[in-house]
Amino acid sequence: MTDRVALHIDGKTVKVSCRASVASAIWIAGGFRRSVSGQPRGPLCGMGTCFECRATVDGGKHVRTCVLTCREGMDVRTDA
Amino acid sequence: MNGRTPDVVVVGAGIVGACCAWAFAREGLSVTVLDRAGIGQGATAAGMGHIVVMDDSEAQFALCRYSQRLWAELRPQMPADVEWQACGTLWVAADEDELEEAARKKTFLEAAGIGCELLDAKSIAAAEPNLRPGLAGGLLQPGDSAIYSPCAARWLLAVSKVDVRLGVAVTRVRSGDVTLADGSEIAAGVIVLATGGAARSFVPHLPIRPRKGHLAITDRYPGWLNHQVVELGYVKSASGESAESVAFNIQPRATGQLLIGSSRQYGVDTPDIDQPILGRMLRRCIEYMPGLAGLSVIRTWTGFRASTPDKLPVIGPHPEARNVWVATGHEGLGITMATGTARLLADSVVGRAPEIAMHPFLPSRFVEVSRHD
Amino acid sequence: MPEIVVIGAGPAGLSAAAAVRSHGQRVVLLDENPAAGGQIWRGERTAVAQGVETMFGTRALGIASAGMLLCETSESAVVLPFRKLVVATGARERFLPFPGWTLPGVFGAGGLQAMVKSGFPVDGKRVVVAGTGPLLLEVAEYLRSRGARIAIVAEQARWTSLIRFGLALRHAPSKMAQAARLAFSTLPRAGCWVTEVHGTEHVEAATLTDGRRTWREACDYVACGFHLVPNTEIAAVLGCHLEGGVVWTDDLHETSISGIYCAGEPCGIGGVDKSLIEGEIAGHAAAGRLPVARLFAKRARARRFAAALDAVTRLRPELARLAREDTIVCRCEDVPLSRIRECSDWRSAKLLTRCGMGPCQGRVCGSALESLFGWRPESVRPPVQPARAGTLAGLTGSA
Repeated sequence: MTDRVALHIDGKTVKVSCRASVASAIWIAGGFRRSVSGQPRGPLCGMGTCFECRATVDGGKHVRTCVLTCREGMDVRTDA
Repeated sequence: MNGRTPDVVVVGAGIVGACCAWAFAREGLSVTVLDRAGIGQGATAAGMGHIVVMDDSEAQFALCRYSQRLWAELRPQMPADVEWQACGTLWVAADEDELEEAARKKTFLEAAGIGCELLDAKSIAAAEPNLRPGLAGGLLQPGDSAIYSPCAARWLLAVSKVDVRLGVAVTRVRSGDVTLADGSEIAAGVIVLATGGAARSFVPHLPIRPRKGHLAITDRYPGWLNHQVVELGYVKSASGESAESVAFNIQPRATGQLLIGSSRQYGVDTPDIDQPILGRMLRRCIEYMPGLAGLSVIRTWTGFRASTPDKLPVIGPHPEARNVWVATGHEGLGITMATGTARLLADSVVGRAPEIAMHPFLPSRFVEVSRHD
Repeated sequence: MPEIVVIGAGPAGLSAAAAVRSHGQRVVLLDENPAAGGQIWRGERTAVAQGVETMFGTRALGIASAGMLLCETSESAVVLPFRKLVVATGARERFLPFPGWTLPGVFGAGGLQAMVKSGFPVDGKRVVVAGTGPLLLEVAEYLRSRGARIAIVAEQARWTSLIRFGLALRHAPSKMAQAARLAFSTLPRAGCWVTEVHGTEHVEAATLTDGRRTWREACDYVACGFHLVPNTEIAAVLGCHLEGGVVWTDDLHETSISGIYCAGEPCGIGGVDKSLIEGEIAGHAAAGRLPVARLFAKRARARRFAAALDAVTRLRPELARLAREDTIVCRCEDVPLSRIRECSDWRSAKLLTRCGMGPCQGRVCGSALESLFGWRPESVRPPVQPARAGTLAGLTGSA
């Protein structure tokens, strides 16, 4: 289907709607961030304020994924 | 007044005041520390926390080196939040002239028994892969380090078991007592003024000028930087008298964050971020480390260094009030020199011979000048 | 010719831009999101008045130099000249720390709604919606329409204050009807709140109380909304005077800085109608025209609604006591309450515990600390959001 895109989340390929945020895709892939002291964290505010959804996207660190729309072939790392 | 009279009142709970409290408490004296705000909220909070041996003058070198040794003695007891980092200082030589300066520095430091290493173009690139290509080389001073100064100040006050009173403004200092904003007085045999730039209001003749600096800090990028990296031109910026200058100076924090400096401005007394100078400072740093441009800066701030005309701190007896001592004017070396400053004062007060010559720092060098005018 | 720049494309910004445009003047509308609508109309009402120039995906950070706004996109820095500015930066949700609030699966109420609008699956999931204000009902209904099972809608306010709020809506029949419809469809439980969320790697259950009885609800997600906090940071960094936590403006929405206007939530939380009217007034004023008198009467009505909203969303004191000593308050730096308690004010908490020193710049823990200790945030410095060093260096056009 053309309205779906595939992206790589922590090495795992996930297909989601092309309108989905990267934060949603991470959740669907079962990925969580770890906080600075190692606790599991997921998105909180959903609007780019809290930075809890940050991940490394295509090598760029600290990207707020809740305000980033998925694109085909994106490489997302939640552990960096 | 509540309680008994302390032997010593230290005015100022920055790093210099905290070290003074520590040094006097070691002598078995009772100490009360007063601060108009909180612990380490002035220049201590604003600075980089770099403990560095500089050699612009013999006196500066002697005090840096003495202080660094005292910091190293404290290190084993430091709690984790002081974030001691043995990051060394990597002086970057952009061209052959600066490389010559690096070689001179090496000769001087080695003669004084300080280990250091001259780096060529290839080895400096290996030491800091994010430096731009084409640099001439540099000098690594591995004995230098960095700390998180506000927590260092808090720790020193806590381990010294001194009486700390915060939110207490001192309005007048006389021989034998200080007056607080609420009109009350605290008597003490010895009073130490560790108030940074604010010392001017208690010692009117001191030619201390505030020198504004900007800093920026990034998000966490662990492994991006290994040393505190400073351009050799920094010395020109720091020791020069120009109204406005910037220099490349970057430090890795224990968190993986990068602390980016530095700027120097005279004649400005507002703490606001000056976007043009912040921009100039960051452009200078990006010239040296192009990859910085893409990193995320999460905060910027400013602070005021207490600078003196001869670039040396003011340590010694108040020119007019007996038993009042001054410890200020450290400019950008307040963290480095805090331990040595405190020990020099404690030695003077208890009548012990200091370990390094104190005369280059005495307040009388300025007061005499003003009296001859 | 530099033009009028509107920061924020939510209801207030859209309405301000349209008002400027109605006088034939150039106006640039910028927003960090990829489309107009703000948080409230996200993806639904994105129409921009004809002739308004838009710059989406663009964040305002501060002033580059006199008359120049410093902004950044995901690719480059942008320096935007302006003659006048309208600040319409909206609001964010207020968060309060409680045990378990850092677990994945705990969201803001508006936050979960926003996530679902951008592809987050809730079909078949059990959700506890808790907190305060009419937003909870909207969110609960929206989530249910997307297949979620709503375990409970827990409103912290008492029935008595909800009824007072309902009566205050009698001058706004459409609002009253909407509130009544939502209340009947979502059946909120008044005087009840979440005290703790349980789970190891993610949410498994929530404990609720009504002050007398305490019980557990198994759930997958918790959507908690403790009302809103105005986004005043940009106005503050531009030098605008703040009063009582909101941007001060005159009757025409000009701030203490000449030529800078502010409209909507940053001037005081009041909802979409107030934002639309204030934006319109600010737009006319920025264009140098006098707004028509009926707008002021409408604004007065909208402000009465805001006052009623403020009363009903006032948090009960129990909510400020939910966090335990080991509960994380600053989520960026993982600072627990016990460490913050050792400090006497915001500045010492920041310097000595790192609270508020992470990338959210205290946006989340700041309002929590205001509720917990009454601490007001320190002065705001640029950048108002994390920005690339290259942008702050003024390197326009670089990535």
